[in-house]
Amino acid sequence: MSSITGRSTVDQVPGPTGDVPRGRRRLGDTLFGGAANLSGVVVIAIVALTGVFLATRAVPSLLDDKVNFLTSTEWVPEPGNLRFGILQILWTTVSISVMAMIIAVPLGVLNALFLTQYAPRWLARPAASVIDLLAAIPSIVYGLWGIQVFAPHLTGLQKAVNDGLGWFPLFEGPISAGTIFIAGIVLAIMVLPIITALSREVFAQTPAANKEGALALGATKWEMIRTAVLPFGRAGVVSASMLGLGRALGETIAITIIVSSVAPGTDFFASWLQGGETFASKIANNAAEFNDPSSTGAYIAAGLVLFVLTFVVNAIARVIVNRRKAFA
Amino acid sequence: MAKRIDVKDLNVYYGNFKAVEDVSMTVEPRSVTAFIGPSGCGKSTFLRTLNRMHEVIPGGRVEGSVMLDEEDLYSAKVDPVSVRRTVGMVFQRPNPFPTMSIFDNVAAGLRLNGVKNRKVVTETVEKSLRGANLWNEVKDRLDKPGAGLSGGQQQRLCIARAIAVQPEVMLMDEPCSALDPISTLAIEDLIVSLKDEFTIVIVTHNMQQAARVSDRTAFFNLAATGKPGRLIEIDDTATIFSNPVQKATEDYISGRFG
Ligand SMILES: Nc1ncnc2c1ncn2[C@@H]1O[C@H](COP(=O)(O)OP(=O)(O)OP(=O)(O)O)[C@@H](O)[C@H]1O
Ligand SMILES: [Mg+2]
Repeated sequence: MSSITGRSTVDQVPGPTGDVPRGRRRLGDTLFGGAANLSGVVVIAIVALTGVFLATRAVPSLLDDKVNFLTSTEWVPEPGNLRFGILQILWTTVSISVMAMIIAVPLGVLNALFLTQYAPRWLARPAASVIDLLAAIPSIVYGLWGIQVFAPHLTGLQKAVNDGLGWFPLFEGPISAGTIFIAGIVLAIMVLPIITALSREVFAQTPAANKEGALALGATKWEMIRTAVLPFGRAGVVSASMLGLGRALGETIAITIIVSSVAPGTDFFASWLQGGETFASKIANNAAEFNDPSSTGAYIAAGLVLFVLTFVVNAIARVIVNRRKAFA
Repeated sequence: MAKRIDVKDLNVYYGNFKAVEDVSMTVEPRSVTAFIGPSGCGKSTFLRTLNRMHEVIPGGRVEGSVMLDEEDLYSAKVDPVSVRRTVGMVFQRPNPFPTMSIFDNVAAGLRLNGVKNRKVVTETVEKSLRGANLWNEVKDRLDKPGAGLSGGQQQRLCIARAIAVQPEVMLMDEPCSALDPISTLAIEDLIVSLKDEFTIVIVTHNMQQAARVSDRTAFFNLAATGKPGRLIEIDDTATIFSNPVQKATEDYISGRFG
Protein backbone atom coordinates (compact mmCIF):
# COMPACT_ATOMS: atom_id res chain seq x y z
CA MET A 1 0.00 0.00 0.00
CA SER A 2 1.27 3.45 -0.68
CA SER A 3 1.21 5.92 2.14
CA ILE A 4 -1.00 8.91 2.40
CA THR A 5 1.58 11.08 0.64
CA GLY A 6 1.56 8.71 -2.28
CA ARG A 7 5.13 7.54 -1.75
CA SER A 8 5.90 5.54 1.35
CA THR A 9 9.22 5.82 3.08
CA VAL A 10 9.62 2.11 2.42
CA ASP A 11 10.18 3.04 -1.22
CA GLN A 12 13.45 4.69 -0.31
CA VAL A 13 14.82 1.74 1.64
CA PRO A 14 17.31 -0.24 -0.42
CA GLY A 15 15.80 -3.24 -2.11
CA PRO A 16 16.81 -6.87 -1.71
CA THR A 17 19.59 -6.49 -4.24
CA GLY A 18 21.37 -4.63 -1.49
CA ASP A 19 22.10 -1.40 -3.32
CA VAL A 20 23.20 0.15 -0.06
CA PRO A 21 25.62 3.04 -0.30
CA ARG A 22 29.12 1.62 -0.09
CA GLY A 23 30.28 0.72 3.36
CA ARG A 24 30.04 -1.98 5.93
CA ARG A 25 26.77 -3.89 5.91
CA ARG A 26 25.52 -4.46 9.37
CA LEU A 27 25.73 -7.98 10.75
CA GLY A 28 22.06 -8.20 11.72
CA ASP A 29 21.03 -7.03 8.28
CA THR A 30 23.21 -9.65 6.63
CA LEU A 31 21.96 -12.46 8.86
CA PHE A 32 18.33 -11.54 8.50
CA GLY A 33 18.56 -10.97 4.77
CA GLY A 34 20.37 -14.28 4.38
CA ALA A 35 17.79 -16.16 6.42
CA ALA A 36 14.93 -14.60 4.46
CA ASN A 37 16.54 -15.40 1.11
CA LEU A 38 17.34 -18.92 2.23
CA SER A 39 13.80 -19.71 3.31
CA GLY A 40 12.52 -18.30 0.03
CA VAL A 41 14.87 -20.55 -1.91
CA VAL A 42 13.92 -23.57 0.20
CA VAL A 43 10.22 -23.07 -0.46
CA ILE A 44 10.75 -22.73 -4.19
CA ALA A 45 12.99 -25.80 -4.18
CA ILE A 46 10.39 -27.88 -2.36
CA VAL A 47 7.69 -26.90 -4.84
CA ALA A 48 9.97 -27.55 -7.82
CA LEU A 49 11.11 -30.92 -6.49
CA THR A 50 7.51 -31.96 -5.88
CA GLY A 51 6.72 -31.11 -9.48
CA VAL A 52 9.75 -32.98 -10.75
CA PHE A 53 8.94 -36.04 -8.63
CA LEU A 54 5.35 -36.11 -9.86
CA ALA A 55 6.35 -35.61 -13.48
CA THR A 56 9.10 -38.28 -13.56
CA ARG A 57 6.87 -40.88 -11.99
CA ALA A 58 3.84 -40.01 -14.08
CA VAL A 59 5.36 -39.71 -17.55
CA PRO A 60 6.13 -43.44 -18.16
CA SER A 61 2.58 -44.42 -17.27
CA LEU A 62 1.15 -41.57 -19.34
CA LEU A 63 3.10 -42.80 -22.36
CA ASP A 64 1.70 -46.30 -21.87
CA ASP A 65 -1.88 -45.06 -21.46
CA LYS A 66 -4.11 -46.83 -24.01
CA VAL A 67 -6.84 -44.17 -23.79
CA ASN A 68 -6.71 -40.37 -23.87
CA PHE A 69 -5.64 -39.17 -20.44
CA LEU A 70 -7.58 -35.92 -20.64
CA THR A 71 -10.82 -37.02 -22.27
CA SER A 72 -11.40 -40.56 -21.08
CA THR A 73 -13.61 -41.50 -18.16
CA GLU A 74 -12.13 -44.97 -17.78
CA TRP A 75 -9.93 -45.77 -14.83
CA VAL A 76 -8.44 -49.28 -15.09
CA PRO A 77 -4.72 -48.86 -14.45
CA GLU A 78 -3.89 -52.53 -15.00
CA PRO A 79 -0.14 -53.11 -15.43
CA GLY A 80 0.51 -53.94 -19.06
CA ASN A 81 -2.88 -52.61 -20.16
CA LEU A 82 -3.11 -49.13 -18.69
CA ARG A 83 -6.44 -47.42 -19.37
CA PHE A 84 -6.95 -44.28 -17.35
CA GLY A 85 -8.42 -40.85 -18.01
CA ILE A 86 -9.26 -37.94 -15.70
CA LEU A 87 -12.27 -36.30 -17.30
CA GLN A 88 -14.78 -37.41 -14.67
CA ILE A 89 -12.37 -36.84 -11.80
CA LEU A 90 -11.49 -33.39 -13.00
CA TRP A 91 -15.15 -32.52 -13.38
CA THR A 92 -16.02 -33.78 -9.91
CA THR A 93 -13.09 -31.99 -8.30
CA VAL A 94 -13.84 -28.70 -10.00
CA SER A 95 -17.59 -28.99 -9.39
CA ILE A 96 -17.26 -29.58 -5.66
CA SER A 97 -14.71 -26.80 -5.26
CA VAL A 98 -16.67 -24.32 -7.37
CA MET A 99 -19.81 -25.05 -5.43
CA ALA A 100 -17.98 -24.65 -2.14
CA MET A 101 -16.59 -21.30 -3.32
CA ILE A 102 -19.95 -20.07 -4.60
CA ILE A 103 -21.33 -20.55 -1.12
CA ALA A 104 -18.32 -19.81 1.06
CA VAL A 105 -16.91 -16.63 -0.53
CA PRO A 106 -20.03 -14.44 -0.29
CA LEU A 107 -20.88 -15.88 3.09
CA GLY A 108 -17.35 -15.37 4.38
CA VAL A 109 -17.22 -11.80 3.11
CA LEU A 110 -20.62 -10.99 4.60
CA ASN A 111 -19.55 -12.58 7.88
CA ALA A 112 -16.38 -10.52 7.89
CA LEU A 113 -18.30 -7.33 7.10
CA PHE A 114 -20.75 -8.08 9.86
CA LEU A 115 -18.00 -8.78 12.38
CA THR A 116 -15.94 -5.70 11.51
CA GLN A 117 -18.53 -3.10 10.49
CA TYR A 118 -21.86 -3.93 12.07
CA ALA A 119 -21.54 -6.14 15.15
CA PRO A 120 -21.20 -4.42 18.52
CA ARG A 121 -17.87 -5.15 20.15
CA TRP A 122 -19.27 -7.50 22.79
CA LEU A 123 -20.68 -9.70 20.05
CA ALA A 124 -17.90 -9.44 17.45
CA ARG A 125 -15.22 -11.19 19.47
CA PRO A 126 -17.15 -14.26 20.60
CA ALA A 127 -18.77 -14.63 17.18
CA ALA A 128 -15.37 -14.50 15.50
CA SER A 129 -14.02 -17.16 17.87
CA VAL A 130 -16.94 -19.44 17.13
CA ILE A 131 -16.25 -19.20 13.41
CA ASP A 132 -12.55 -19.81 14.00
CA LEU A 133 -13.52 -22.92 15.97
CA LEU A 134 -15.06 -24.37 12.82
CA ALA A 135 -11.53 -24.62 11.47
CA ALA A 136 -10.48 -26.78 14.40
CA ILE A 137 -12.97 -29.58 13.68
CA PRO A 138 -11.17 -32.52 12.01
CA SER A 139 -12.28 -33.22 8.46
CA ILE A 140 -13.31 -36.77 9.31
CA VAL A 141 -15.93 -35.32 11.63
CA TYR A 142 -17.21 -33.12 8.81
CA GLY A 143 -17.34 -36.18 6.59
CA LEU A 144 -19.31 -38.31 9.02
CA TRP A 145 -21.62 -35.47 9.96
CA GLY A 146 -22.11 -34.63 6.29
CA ILE A 147 -23.22 -38.07 5.21
CA GLN A 148 -24.95 -39.27 8.40
CA VAL A 149 -26.66 -36.14 9.69
CA PHE A 150 -26.71 -33.54 6.95
CA ALA A 151 -27.37 -35.59 3.82
CA PRO A 152 -30.77 -36.94 4.94
CA HIS A 153 -32.02 -33.34 5.34
CA LEU A 154 -31.20 -32.63 1.70
CA THR A 155 -33.04 -35.62 0.25
CA GLY A 156 -36.23 -33.64 -0.33
CA LEU A 157 -34.47 -30.65 -1.82
CA GLN A 158 -32.34 -32.73 -4.17
CA LYS A 159 -35.40 -34.64 -5.30
CA ALA A 160 -37.32 -31.44 -5.94
CA VAL A 161 -34.45 -29.98 -7.97
CA ASN A 162 -34.20 -33.20 -9.95
CA ASP A 163 -37.97 -33.28 -10.58
CA GLY A 164 -38.08 -29.70 -11.76
CA LEU A 165 -34.75 -29.30 -13.55
CA GLY A 166 -33.78 -32.89 -14.31
CA TRP A 167 -33.63 -32.11 -18.06
CA PHE A 168 -30.58 -29.95 -17.37
CA PRO A 169 -27.34 -32.03 -17.27
CA LEU A 170 -26.23 -30.55 -13.94
CA PHE A 171 -29.36 -31.90 -12.22
CA GLU A 172 -29.79 -35.25 -13.92
CA GLY A 173 -30.71 -38.36 -11.93
CA PRO A 174 -30.42 -40.93 -10.60
CA ILE A 175 -29.60 -39.22 -7.31
CA SER A 176 -26.73 -40.88 -5.43
CA ALA A 177 -26.60 -41.33 -1.67
CA GLY A 178 -23.64 -39.00 -1.38
CA THR A 179 -23.71 -36.29 -4.04
CA ILE A 180 -21.43 -33.55 -5.29
CA PHE A 181 -24.10 -31.15 -4.08
CA ILE A 182 -23.86 -32.35 -0.47
CA ALA A 183 -20.09 -32.44 -0.56
CA GLY A 184 -19.98 -28.90 -1.94
CA ILE A 185 -22.05 -27.57 0.94
CA VAL A 186 -20.04 -29.42 3.58
CA LEU A 187 -16.82 -28.21 1.98
CA ALA A 188 -18.18 -24.65 2.00
CA ILE A 189 -18.61 -24.91 5.77
CA MET A 190 -15.08 -26.26 6.05
CA VAL A 191 -13.43 -23.38 4.15
CA LEU A 192 -15.69 -20.69 5.61
CA PRO A 193 -13.46 -20.01 8.65
CA ILE A 194 -10.36 -19.36 6.52
CA ILE A 195 -12.16 -16.96 4.23
CA THR A 196 -13.94 -15.23 7.10
CA ALA A 197 -10.84 -14.84 9.25
CA LEU A 198 -8.62 -13.43 6.51
CA SER A 199 -11.30 -11.12 5.11
CA ARG A 200 -12.05 -9.91 8.61
CA GLU A 201 -8.39 -9.10 9.06
CA VAL A 202 -8.19 -6.92 5.95
CA PHE A 203 -11.55 -5.21 6.44
CA ALA A 204 -10.60 -4.30 9.99
CA GLN A 205 -7.52 -2.53 8.65
CA THR A 206 -9.44 -0.12 6.43
CA PRO A 207 -8.04 3.28 7.43
CA ALA A 208 -10.55 5.27 9.47
CA ALA A 209 -9.65 8.27 7.28
CA ASN A 210 -11.08 6.51 4.21
CA LYS A 211 -14.25 5.47 5.98
CA GLU A 212 -14.79 8.96 7.37
CA GLY A 213 -14.07 10.42 3.95
CA ALA A 214 -16.92 8.43 2.50
CA LEU A 215 -19.29 9.19 5.37
CA ALA A 216 -18.52 12.90 5.16
CA LEU A 217 -19.63 12.85 1.52
CA GLY A 218 -23.02 11.64 2.67
CA ALA A 219 -22.54 7.92 2.19
CA THR A 220 -24.84 5.57 4.03
CA LYS A 221 -23.22 2.76 5.95
CA TRP A 222 -23.52 0.37 3.02
CA GLU A 223 -22.25 2.99 0.55
CA MET A 224 -19.33 3.65 2.87
CA ILE A 225 -18.53 -0.07 2.85
CA ARG A 226 -18.76 -0.12 -0.93
CA THR A 227 -16.57 2.93 -1.50
CA ALA A 228 -14.01 2.45 1.27
CA VAL A 229 -14.00 -0.99 2.88
CA LEU A 230 -14.55 -3.38 -0.02
CA PRO A 231 -12.06 -1.83 -2.47
CA PHE A 232 -9.48 -1.72 0.30
CA GLY A 233 -10.03 -5.38 1.13
CA ARG A 234 -10.36 -6.68 -2.42
CA ALA A 235 -6.88 -8.14 -2.79
CA GLY A 236 -7.14 -9.70 0.66
CA VAL A 237 -10.47 -11.30 -0.16
CA VAL A 238 -9.02 -12.79 -3.34
CA SER A 239 -6.08 -14.22 -1.41
CA ALA A 240 -8.40 -15.57 1.26
CA SER A 241 -10.56 -17.23 -1.38
CA MET A 242 -7.52 -18.81 -2.99
CA LEU A 243 -6.38 -20.30 0.30
CA GLY A 244 -9.90 -21.62 0.78
CA LEU A 245 -9.98 -22.99 -2.74
CA GLY A 246 -6.62 -24.68 -2.23
CA ARG A 247 -8.05 -26.37 0.82
CA ALA A 248 -11.18 -27.38 -1.09
CA LEU A 249 -9.27 -28.82 -4.05
CA GLY A 250 -7.10 -30.93 -1.80
CA GLU A 251 -9.66 -32.01 0.79
CA THR A 252 -9.61 -35.80 0.99
CA ILE A 253 -11.18 -37.53 3.97
CA ALA A 254 -14.47 -35.64 4.11
CA ILE A 255 -15.00 -36.08 0.37
CA THR A 256 -14.04 -39.74 0.46
CA ILE A 257 -16.65 -40.35 3.13
CA ILE A 258 -19.42 -38.22 1.65
CA VAL A 259 -19.37 -38.74 -2.10
CA SER A 260 -20.50 -42.16 -3.37
CA SER A 261 -18.16 -43.62 -5.93
CA VAL A 262 -19.50 -44.66 -9.32
CA ALA A 263 -18.73 -47.81 -11.28
CA PRO A 264 -15.50 -47.47 -13.26
CA GLY A 265 -16.08 -46.90 -16.96
CA THR A 266 -19.44 -45.17 -16.57
CA ASP A 267 -19.99 -42.69 -19.40
CA PHE A 268 -19.26 -39.09 -18.56
CA PHE A 269 -22.02 -37.33 -16.67
CA ALA A 270 -22.16 -33.75 -15.46
CA SER A 271 -24.79 -34.10 -12.76
CA TRP A 272 -24.17 -32.58 -9.34
CA LEU A 273 -26.79 -34.91 -7.94
CA GLN A 274 -24.58 -37.91 -8.50
CA GLY A 275 -21.39 -39.14 -6.89
CA GLY A 276 -17.88 -39.39 -8.21
CA GLU A 277 -14.34 -39.04 -7.04
CA THR A 278 -11.99 -36.10 -6.78
CA PHE A 279 -8.28 -36.35 -7.43
CA ALA A 280 -7.56 -36.59 -3.73
CA SER A 281 -10.31 -39.09 -2.92
CA LYS A 282 -9.45 -41.22 -5.97
CA ILE A 283 -5.90 -41.56 -4.73
CA ALA A 284 -6.97 -42.21 -1.12
CA ASN A 285 -9.58 -44.79 -2.12
CA ASN A 286 -7.04 -46.82 -4.09
CA ALA A 287 -3.95 -46.59 -1.92
CA ALA A 288 -4.03 -50.39 -1.74
CA GLU A 289 -3.25 -50.65 -5.47
CA PHE A 290 0.09 -48.86 -5.30
CA ASN A 291 2.02 -52.11 -5.79
CA ASP A 292 3.09 -51.76 -9.40
CA PRO A 293 5.07 -48.70 -10.61
CA SER A 294 3.01 -48.35 -13.78
CA SER A 295 -0.39 -48.37 -12.07
CA THR A 296 0.97 -46.15 -9.28
CA GLY A 297 2.09 -43.82 -12.05
CA ALA A 298 -1.52 -43.42 -13.11
CA TYR A 299 -2.44 -42.13 -9.67
CA ILE A 300 0.61 -39.91 -9.60
CA ALA A 301 -0.46 -38.48 -12.94
CA ALA A 302 -3.78 -37.62 -11.29
CA GLY A 303 -1.85 -35.97 -8.47
CA LEU A 304 0.15 -34.00 -11.02
CA VAL A 305 -3.03 -32.60 -12.54
CA LEU A 306 -4.19 -31.49 -9.08
CA PHE A 307 -0.80 -29.83 -8.58
CA VAL A 308 -1.05 -27.98 -11.89
CA LEU A 309 -4.67 -27.05 -11.25
CA THR A 310 -3.74 -25.44 -7.93
CA PHE A 311 -0.96 -23.54 -9.69
CA VAL A 312 -3.22 -22.25 -12.42
CA VAL A 313 -5.82 -21.13 -9.92
CA ASN A 314 -3.20 -19.24 -7.93
CA ALA A 315 -1.80 -17.63 -11.06
CA ILE A 316 -5.27 -16.41 -12.02
CA ALA A 317 -5.67 -14.98 -8.55
CA ARG A 318 -2.35 -13.13 -8.86
CA VAL A 319 -3.49 -11.62 -12.13
CA ILE A 320 -6.75 -10.47 -10.56
CA VAL A 321 -4.93 -8.93 -7.62
CA ASN A 322 -2.28 -7.23 -9.75
CA ARG A 323 -4.57 -5.90 -12.44
CA ARG A 324 -5.27 -2.72 -10.53
CA LYS A 325 -2.14 -2.70 -8.47
CA ALA A 326 -1.43 0.96 -9.16
CA PHE A 327 -4.59 1.69 -7.24
CA ALA A 328 -3.84 -0.34 -4.17
CA MET B 1 -27.11 28.20 -1.30
CA ALA B 2 -24.95 29.02 1.71
CA LYS B 3 -26.68 28.68 5.04
CA ARG B 4 -26.43 30.18 8.51
CA ILE B 5 -25.36 27.98 11.40
CA ASP B 6 -26.82 28.64 14.83
CA VAL B 7 -25.44 26.64 17.74
CA LYS B 8 -27.16 26.76 21.13
CA ASP B 9 -25.87 25.38 24.44
CA LEU B 10 -24.00 22.52 22.89
CA ASN B 11 -22.31 19.87 25.03
CA VAL B 12 -20.30 17.16 23.31
CA TYR B 13 -19.38 13.84 24.88
CA TYR B 14 -17.17 10.85 24.20
CA GLY B 15 -18.97 8.26 26.33
CA ASN B 16 -18.98 9.82 29.80
CA PHE B 17 -16.22 12.29 29.03
CA LYS B 18 -17.49 15.77 28.30
CA ALA B 19 -15.10 17.14 25.70
CA VAL B 20 -16.84 20.42 24.87
CA GLU B 21 -19.15 22.40 27.10
CA ASP B 22 -21.82 24.94 26.58
CA VAL B 23 -20.99 26.38 23.18
CA SER B 24 -23.30 28.89 21.54
CA MET B 25 -22.39 30.74 18.37
CA THR B 26 -23.71 31.96 15.05
CA VAL B 27 -21.90 31.53 11.75
CA GLU B 28 -23.08 33.84 8.97
CA PRO B 29 -23.65 32.53 5.47
CA ARG B 30 -20.92 33.28 2.91
CA SER B 31 -18.34 33.98 5.55
CA VAL B 32 -15.19 32.29 6.77
CA THR B 33 -15.02 31.52 10.47
CA ALA B 34 -11.77 30.33 12.00
CA PHE B 35 -11.51 28.23 15.17
CA ILE B 36 -8.31 28.69 17.11
CA GLY B 37 -7.17 27.42 20.49
CA PRO B 38 -4.67 25.14 22.18
CA SER B 39 -4.43 21.46 21.35
CA GLY B 40 -7.09 19.30 22.96
CA CYS B 41 -9.57 22.11 23.59
CA GLY B 42 -12.17 20.44 21.40
CA LYS B 43 -12.01 22.36 18.10
CA SER B 44 -12.13 19.22 15.99
CA THR B 45 -14.73 17.66 18.22
CA PHE B 46 -16.98 20.67 17.97
CA LEU B 47 -16.43 21.05 14.24
CA ARG B 48 -17.51 17.45 13.69
CA THR B 49 -20.81 18.07 15.46
CA LEU B 50 -21.72 20.52 12.68
CA ASN B 51 -22.18 17.71 10.16
CA ARG B 52 -22.99 14.93 12.61
CA MET B 53 -19.67 13.20 12.02
CA HIS B 54 -19.12 13.17 15.77
CA GLU B 55 -21.62 10.37 16.30
CA VAL B 56 -19.65 8.12 13.96
CA ILE B 57 -17.24 7.58 16.86
CA PRO B 58 -18.53 4.90 19.26
CA GLY B 59 -19.94 6.61 22.36
CA GLY B 60 -20.02 10.01 20.67
CA ARG B 61 -23.11 12.05 21.55
CA VAL B 62 -24.33 15.61 21.69
CA GLU B 63 -26.70 17.73 23.81
CA GLY B 64 -28.11 21.03 22.65
CA SER B 65 -29.08 22.23 19.22
CA VAL B 66 -27.42 23.08 15.92
CA MET B 67 -29.67 24.95 13.51
CA LEU B 68 -28.92 25.15 9.80
CA ASP B 69 -31.15 28.03 8.79
CA GLU B 70 -34.50 26.75 10.09
CA GLU B 71 -33.62 23.10 10.45
CA ASP B 72 -32.39 21.48 13.66
CA LEU B 73 -29.67 19.04 12.61
CA TYR B 74 -30.22 16.93 15.69
CA SER B 75 -34.00 16.63 15.54
CA ALA B 76 -35.18 13.04 15.40
CA LYS B 77 -36.60 13.52 11.90
CA VAL B 78 -33.25 14.44 10.38
CA ASP B 79 -31.14 11.79 8.68
CA PRO B 80 -27.41 12.27 9.39
CA VAL B 81 -26.64 11.13 5.85
CA SER B 82 -28.54 14.03 4.34
CA VAL B 83 -26.90 16.43 6.80
CA ARG B 84 -23.49 15.34 5.51
CA ARG B 85 -24.58 15.95 1.95
CA THR B 86 -25.41 19.52 2.91
CA VAL B 87 -22.42 20.13 5.14
CA GLY B 88 -19.20 18.93 3.55
CA MET B 89 -15.91 18.28 5.27
CA VAL B 90 -12.19 18.34 4.52
CA PHE B 91 -9.90 16.54 6.92
CA GLN B 92 -6.54 17.36 8.39
CA ARG B 93 -4.77 14.58 6.49
CA PRO B 94 -5.65 14.32 2.81
CA ASN B 95 -7.74 11.16 2.42
CA PRO B 96 -8.49 10.49 -1.25
CA PHE B 97 -9.92 7.02 -1.83
CA PRO B 98 -6.77 5.01 -2.55
CA THR B 99 -8.37 2.58 -4.99
CA MET B 100 -9.96 5.28 -7.14
CA SER B 101 -8.63 7.42 -9.95
CA ILE B 102 -8.48 11.19 -9.67
CA PHE B 103 -11.65 11.45 -11.72
CA ASP B 104 -13.51 8.85 -9.66
CA ASN B 105 -12.46 10.50 -6.43
CA VAL B 106 -14.14 13.72 -7.45
CA ALA B 107 -17.11 11.86 -8.91
CA ALA B 108 -17.56 9.69 -5.80
CA GLY B 109 -19.97 12.04 -4.08
CA LEU B 110 -22.01 12.53 -7.25
CA ARG B 111 -22.34 8.81 -7.71
CA LEU B 112 -23.46 8.47 -4.09
CA ASN B 113 -26.11 11.06 -4.90
CA GLY B 114 -27.28 8.93 -7.80
CA VAL B 115 -26.02 11.20 -10.59
CA LYS B 116 -25.53 8.80 -13.51
CA ASN B 117 -25.49 11.08 -16.56
CA ARG B 118 -21.93 10.92 -17.90
CA LYS B 119 -21.98 14.41 -19.30
CA VAL B 120 -23.14 15.92 -16.02
CA VAL B 121 -20.55 13.94 -14.08
CA THR B 122 -17.71 14.93 -16.42
CA GLU B 123 -18.68 18.58 -16.36
CA THR B 124 -19.03 18.66 -12.59
CA VAL B 125 -15.68 16.95 -12.11
CA GLU B 126 -13.96 19.51 -14.30
CA LYS B 127 -15.73 22.40 -12.62
CA SER B 128 -14.85 21.11 -9.15
CA LEU B 129 -11.21 20.51 -10.05
CA ARG B 130 -11.03 24.02 -11.50
CA GLY B 131 -12.70 25.32 -8.36
CA ALA B 132 -10.05 23.60 -6.29
CA ASN B 133 -7.24 25.04 -8.45
CA LEU B 134 -6.12 21.59 -9.45
CA TRP B 135 -7.43 21.20 -12.98
CA ASN B 136 -4.31 22.33 -14.82
CA GLU B 137 -2.12 19.97 -12.85
CA VAL B 138 -4.21 16.83 -13.33
CA LYS B 139 -6.21 17.29 -16.52
CA ASP B 140 -3.90 14.94 -18.43
CA ARG B 141 -3.96 12.16 -15.88
CA LEU B 142 -7.51 11.98 -14.59
CA ASP B 143 -7.45 8.19 -14.80
CA LYS B 144 -4.37 7.87 -12.59
CA PRO B 145 -4.68 7.02 -8.90
CA GLY B 146 -5.48 9.91 -6.60
CA ALA B 147 -2.98 8.61 -4.08
CA GLY B 148 -0.19 9.29 -6.59
CA LEU B 149 -0.50 13.07 -6.20
CA SER B 150 1.59 15.19 -3.86
CA GLY B 151 0.22 15.97 -0.42
CA GLY B 152 -0.92 19.45 -1.41
CA GLN B 153 -2.51 18.16 -4.60
CA GLN B 154 -4.25 15.40 -2.66
CA GLN B 155 -5.68 17.95 -0.26
CA ARG B 156 -7.00 20.03 -3.15
CA LEU B 157 -8.39 16.83 -4.63
CA CYS B 158 -10.27 16.28 -1.38
CA ILE B 159 -11.56 19.84 -1.55
CA ALA B 160 -12.69 19.21 -5.13
CA ARG B 161 -14.39 16.03 -3.99
CA ALA B 162 -16.19 17.96 -1.25
CA ILE B 163 -17.35 20.85 -3.46
CA ALA B 164 -18.49 18.53 -6.25
CA VAL B 165 -21.64 17.68 -4.31
CA GLN B 166 -22.48 21.38 -3.91
CA PRO B 167 -22.76 21.52 -0.12
CA GLU B 168 -24.10 24.61 1.65
CA VAL B 169 -21.41 24.61 4.28
CA MET B 170 -17.80 23.47 4.17
CA LEU B 171 -15.95 22.37 7.31
CA MET B 172 -12.17 22.21 7.20
CA ASP B 173 -10.11 20.72 10.01
CA GLU B 174 -6.55 22.07 9.76
CA PRO B 175 -6.56 21.54 5.99
CA CYS B 176 -3.04 22.92 5.57
CA SER B 177 -1.23 21.39 8.51
CA ALA B 178 0.43 18.70 6.38
CA LEU B 179 1.33 21.04 3.53
CA ASP B 180 4.22 23.21 2.40
CA PRO B 181 3.87 27.03 2.37
CA ILE B 182 3.10 27.20 -1.36
CA SER B 183 0.32 24.62 -1.21
CA THR B 184 -0.91 26.36 1.91
CA LEU B 185 -1.18 29.66 0.08
CA ALA B 186 -2.95 27.94 -2.80
CA ILE B 187 -5.52 26.54 -0.41
CA GLU B 188 -5.92 29.83 1.43
CA ASP B 189 -6.65 31.57 -1.87
CA LEU B 190 -9.11 28.85 -2.59
CA ILE B 191 -10.87 29.31 0.74
CA VAL B 192 -11.27 33.02 0.11
CA SER B 193 -12.75 32.37 -3.33
CA LEU B 194 -15.05 29.62 -2.10
CA LYS B 195 -16.56 32.07 0.35
CA ASP B 196 -18.72 33.45 -2.46
CA GLU B 197 -20.62 30.20 -2.56
CA PHE B 198 -20.23 28.43 0.73
CA THR B 199 -20.29 29.03 4.43
CA ILE B 200 -16.83 28.01 5.59
CA VAL B 201 -15.58 26.98 9.01
CA ILE B 202 -11.89 26.28 9.36
CA VAL B 203 -9.84 25.00 12.29
CA THR B 204 -6.26 26.21 12.31
CA HIS B 205 -3.23 26.44 14.54
CA ASN B 206 -1.76 29.08 12.33
CA MET B 207 -2.69 32.57 13.57
CA GLN B 208 -1.56 34.26 10.38
CA GLN B 209 -3.75 31.92 8.45
CA ALA B 210 -6.74 32.75 10.60
CA ALA B 211 -5.97 36.44 10.16
CA ARG B 212 -5.56 36.07 6.39
CA VAL B 213 -8.60 34.07 5.49
CA SER B 214 -11.28 34.52 8.10
CA ASP B 215 -13.97 37.13 8.72
CA ARG B 216 -14.70 35.92 12.22
CA THR B 217 -12.52 34.06 14.69
CA ALA B 218 -13.58 31.89 17.60
CA PHE B 219 -11.16 31.17 20.41
CA PHE B 220 -11.58 27.93 22.36
CA ASN B 221 -9.77 27.06 25.55
CA LEU B 222 -9.87 24.55 28.33
CA ALA B 223 -9.37 25.18 32.02
CA ALA B 224 -7.16 22.12 32.57
CA THR B 225 -6.54 18.76 30.96
CA GLY B 226 -9.48 16.47 31.53
CA LYS B 227 -11.81 19.47 31.75
CA PRO B 228 -14.16 20.21 28.86
CA GLY B 229 -13.18 22.80 26.29
CA ARG B 230 -15.20 26.02 26.08
CA LEU B 231 -15.74 28.82 23.63
CA ILE B 232 -14.01 31.81 25.17
CA GLU B 233 -15.01 34.42 22.62
CA ILE B 234 -15.99 34.90 19.02
CA ASP B 235 -15.74 38.18 17.17
CA ASP B 236 -14.60 39.82 13.98
CA THR B 237 -11.13 38.58 13.18
CA ALA B 238 -9.70 42.09 13.27
CA THR B 239 -11.09 42.63 16.74
CA ILE B 240 -9.89 39.26 18.07
CA PHE B 241 -6.37 39.94 16.88
CA SER B 242 -6.13 43.59 17.87
CA ASN B 243 -8.44 44.10 20.76
CA PRO B 244 -9.92 40.94 22.29
CA VAL B 245 -12.28 41.21 25.24
CA GLN B 246 -10.91 38.24 27.16
CA LYS B 247 -7.48 38.18 28.71
CA ALA B 248 -7.03 34.48 27.80
CA THR B 249 -7.54 35.28 24.13
CA GLU B 250 -4.98 38.03 24.19
CA ASP B 251 -2.47 35.77 25.97
CA TYR B 252 -2.97 33.00 23.45
CA ILE B 253 -2.68 35.27 20.44
CA SER B 254 0.40 37.02 21.67
CA GLY B 255 2.02 33.70 22.48
CA ARG B 256 1.99 34.21 26.23
CA PHE B 257 -0.10 31.14 26.67
CA GLY B 258 0.21 28.64 29.50
N1 LIG C 1 -12.16 9.44 19.69
C1 LIG C 1 -12.05 10.00 20.90
N2 LIG C 1 -12.41 9.32 21.99
C2 LIG C 1 -12.30 9.89 23.23
N3 LIG C 1 -11.85 11.12 23.45
C3 LIG C 1 -11.48 11.86 22.40
C4 LIG C 1 -11.55 11.34 21.06
N4 LIG C 1 -11.11 12.30 20.22
C5 LIG C 1 -10.78 13.34 20.98
N5 LIG C 1 -10.99 13.11 22.30
C6 LIG C 1 -10.76 14.03 23.41
O1 LIG C 1 -11.56 15.17 23.24
C7 LIG C 1 -10.84 16.35 23.61
C8 LIG C 1 -10.85 17.32 22.46
O2 LIG C 1 -10.13 16.75 21.37
P1 LIG C 1 -10.07 17.43 19.94
O3 LIG C 1 -9.44 16.47 19.03
O4 LIG C 1 -11.42 17.93 19.60
O5 LIG C 1 -9.11 18.65 20.22
P2 LIG C 1 -8.55 19.73 19.20
O6 LIG C 1 -8.88 21.06 19.75
O7 LIG C 1 -9.01 19.44 17.83
O8 LIG C 1 -7.00 19.48 19.31
P3 LIG C 1 -5.88 19.64 18.17
O9 LIG C 1 -5.65 21.08 18.02
O10 LIG C 1 -4.70 18.95 18.76
O11 LIG C 1 -6.40 18.99 16.95
C9 LIG C 1 -9.44 15.89 24.01
O12 LIG C 1 -9.39 15.80 25.40
C10 LIG C 1 -9.33 14.52 23.39
O13 LIG C 1 -8.50 13.71 24.18
MG1 LIG D 1 -8.06 18.72 16.00
